[in-house]
Amino acid sequence: MTTQEWRFTAKDIASKPDLFLSGHRACAGCGPASVLRLIMKATRGPTIVTEATGCMEVVSSIYPYTSWAVPWLHTAFENAAANASGIDAALKAMRKKGKVKQEHIDIIAIAGDGGTFDIGLQALSGAVERGHDFLFVLYDNEAYMNTGIQRSGGTPTGAATTTTPAGLVIPGKLEKKKPITEIMLAHDMEYVATASPYYWKDMLTKVRKGLEVNGPAFLHIFAPCPRGWRCEPSKAIEYSKLAVESCVFPIWEAVNGKRQLSTPSKLIALAPQKKKPVKDYLAGQGRFRHLFTPQNKHVLDEMQRLTDEHWERLLQKCEPSS
Amino acid sequence: MEKQAKQETIALNGDEAVAFAVKQCDVDVVAAYPITPQTIIVEKFSEYVANGEVQTEFVCTESEHSAMTACLAASATGARTFTASASAGLALMHEMLFVTSGCRAPVVMAIANRALSAPLNIHGDQSDSMAERDSGWIHIYVENAQEAYDSIIQAFKIAEDVDVSLPIIVGLDGFTVSHTLENVDVLSEDAVKQFVGERQLPNVLTHEGKTVPFKLDPDNPMTMGPIAFQNYYFEFKRQQEEGMKNALKRIQEVNTEYAKVTGRSYGNGLIDAYKLEDAEIAVVCVGSTSGTLKVIVDELRQEGVKAGLLRLRTFRPLPVEELRKALSNSTAVAVMDKSMSFGGFGGAVFTEVRHALYDDKKHPFIVNYIYGLGGRDYSPRELRTIFEELTNIARTRHVESQIHYLGLRE
Repeated sequence: MTTQEWRFTAKDIASKPDLFLSGHRACAGCGPASVLRLIMKATRGPTIVTEATGCMEVVSSIYPYTSWAVPWLHTAFENAAANASGIDAALKAMRKKGKVKQEHIDIIAIAGDGGTFDIGLQALSGAVERGHDFLFVLYDNEAYMNTGIQRSGGTPTGAATTTTPAGLVIPGKLEKKKPITEIMLAHDMEYVATASPYYWKDMLTKVRKGLEVNGPAFLHIFAPCPRGWRCEPSKAIEYSKLAVESCVFPIWEAVNGKRQLSTPSKLIALAPQKKKPVKDYLAGQGRFRHLFTPQNKHVLDEMQRLTDEHWERLLQKCEPSS
Repeated sequence: MEKQAKQETIALNGDEAVAFAVKQCDVDVVAAYPITPQTIIVEKFSEYVANGEVQTEFVCTESEHSAMTACLAASATGARTFTASASAGLALMHEMLFVTSGCRAPVVMAIANRALSAPLNIHGDQSDSMAERDSGWIHIYVENAQEAYDSIIQAFKIAEDVDVSLPIIVGLDGFTVSHTLENVDVLSEDAVKQFVGERQLPNVLTHEGKTVPFKLDPDNPMTMGPIAFQNYYFEFKRQQEEGMKNALKRIQEVNTEYAKVTGRSYGNGLIDAYKLEDAEIAVVCVGSTSGTLKVIVDELRQEGVKAGLLRLRTFRPLPVEELRKALSNSTAVAVMDKSMSFGGFGGAVFTEVRHALYDDKKHPFIVNYIYGLGGRDYSPRELRTIFEELTNIARTRHVESQIHYLGLRE
């Protein structure tokens, strides 16, 4: 894999035509929609996109309209990676027979947290094990937003969803968020990374690096959902910044299993006093509102403890140079 | 008249015959998951791949759901695709069967028909594919290994016809056909390639206003598998039905074209009638049982009984007109079902055949025989009792019981 650092400037991005077009039906302030528009700026040539059922699939493909300026396929919820497998196999077979004229076609599979952490995990694991050449992009808005904010394996502890409501005896989701990137790293993948749209240049660089891998690559993007998080529509990108600053969602990349913190998280590792309290990130999000009461203080404390523990563990797993 | 192509006779079981046909059809992608009694198909095909005998990309998926998904996605990319499954595997694909037909992807799938759990049973019956009768797939059921080979070759030509553009199941009875060694006459690879031809893609209008082949192509971006609401969904479904109607015609044409090349045909491709023209009593069956039934019909004919047989080769699209014409002269008909439709009035084949004959003013008495579930053996002697019951019905013009279970301990 090339070590070349990609320099996507604001000018580059603005001048490159959109491949995820306006006119889609996403909610005001949708984090995932901004993520998709941006990541499609990092493509390097002919590209086929396949999506799992979910918010972004639904808002972008309402027949007879489409937001996709690239060939795009949706088939079902649990199988974005299996779609990518089939496309990859078809291109390989047809290229051998001279039926594909492009020298290379990139494949991007996109799924939300439901289509990745939960129902899509088997197909993802299988496709990665088989070594298909594709980039899997997880846009994580931390619940089944498309069906009305139900909890997923990606929903964090304490969050109220419609299937983990903040009740009189149960304060939102009790379970921990599934460590999806650790699961993917355990597949011995060449490229696994996390990204946040606030740090858009870092995110686009990671998309490009994932595409350059000759085999499967996995990118976990934090994508706030104002509707499901019960926050101001203008706050999605701000929360994607606070999540990194509080180490709730550190950003890093692992090339051939060697993990390095990306600059924003690296700066916190170097100057721990810059690490913001988890409370700063949680405040203002309606899904955590119930935690700011005296009887639920223990949940808040537990969330801070969990975040600290994960952060410390992550630092130990990173290369000494970072 | 075209000259018949040269053929050679080799010993193959039904599964091997399928794999051999797939090898000759220049398939781009095979994505599959092993399951008894289909496994020999993917094992044999893996050998072809390992020995460099095919250029096919073989994707050994982690589940049948992903196998069908990968076939659909490969087909959407423009590839010729094949998979095989059975029983629980087919059931796991269920969701994707509807998506595949809805996306008009002409995937060809061999089903080595097997019972569904519970209790777990690996043996032959047709519960698996009969449960998928409304999934929008064409269903063809074969009698023996020879027909399995022939039907796979025909299947690509039928499914990929631009006016059909529907996926197709070729069903072969588990073990009875899948694992039984027979002499199979095969064509040369060149002859098969010439017969099947390259995959044709229908032309469609893109959102950019261009008319281009229907596939995922970066030069002509297309959105496939969109969401369609109340305002469009219904039209999509109606178009699939049109594809089915076209298949009714195309299956017959391909049957005729294939006969010119090989000398082999299976009735008119839809129904295979045996001594039916003047038959007073007739049995309708699906699959390999027709082999044994033909022997019984011959015996009865020698005894002076006007018995006949109709093998329903194509179950979807249902050849309603052909069924009506073929059976209207009989007095009593027994329809055999190797699956159950719990709580329904008889098995699926019975219900449909009976329904097809409803508009015929002098329609025969029709009874149902459910048999062979979970691989339960049925002897020629038992099958003969069906004709005896039909003779009785024809004579008395009275039906004692409409639903029968053959070879069952009650």
